[in-house]
Amino acid sequence: MNQKSTETASATQSVIVEREIPHAPEKIWRALTQPHLIEEWLMKNNFMPVVGHRFDLRADWGSVDCKVLAIEANRTLSYTWDAMGLESVVTWTLTPAGKGTHLRMEQSGFRPDQQQAYQGAQYGWQKFFASLEQVLGRAD
Amino acid sequence: MTNPHDMLFRTLADPTRRAIFERLCREGEQTVGALTAQAGVSQPAVSKHLGVLKEAGLVLDRHAGRQTHYSARPGALAPLIDWTSQMTGFWQNRFDDLENLLQRMDQ
Repeated sequence: MNQKSTETASATQSVIVEREIPHAPEKIWRALTQPHLIEEWLMKNNFMPVVGHRFDLRADWGSVDCKVLAIEANRTLSYTWDAMGLESVVTWTLTPAGKGTHLRMEQSGFRPDQQQAYQGAQYGWQKFFASLEQVLGRAD
Repeated sequence: MTNPHDMLFRTLADPTRRAIFERLCREGEQTVGALTAQAGVSQPAVSKHLGVLKEAGLVLDRHAGRQTHYSARPGALAPLIDWTSQMTGFWQNRFDDLENLLQRMDQ
């Protein structure tokens, strides 16, 4: 689950975003785990900081099904992120850095063959991309 | 500057235009006349759609005598299929909103 980003066609892929944030880990942790705060920067939700808890994130374009996988207060939080044809895992890692925090988000587990399902579902064009995929497959 | 994604999505958002593009992908090069026969819209309308597709880099035209032949360039869709850059953009925006929230929160 801590695989690094890779371009290998057969392997899963990750998206990693990390940033130095001038706030204490404890404060960031609240923003990551309290539903009314999560809503302010991510989406509406019914999150609970309990391993195994299922929740969803809701936006205008649809919802994301999630389940809490791991939780260690002020340090790490991990949940599944299933949406738009993608099955992935989002892992947050908080590391104290000076007066602030190094915050790292890794979304991992995308398989290359999920790309078009993701694109299609995201824009409601699944059918279009499915037929296009066939066409492109034949073009090879 | 328009975002290339926006341009591709705008171009393909029109169902008639999308059908023309798909048909060119599926059946190979076609003339405007052949496309019009199946498009269910007038020839000027088909020509207009082809112009928009061409501008987006999705089709190529080739002149032969009085006829213009159009073919698809499916490679132009590649930016749409690059989901890692899209998700990275999504999370960077979320990080921005998170930082914004942290500034407003009490210690």
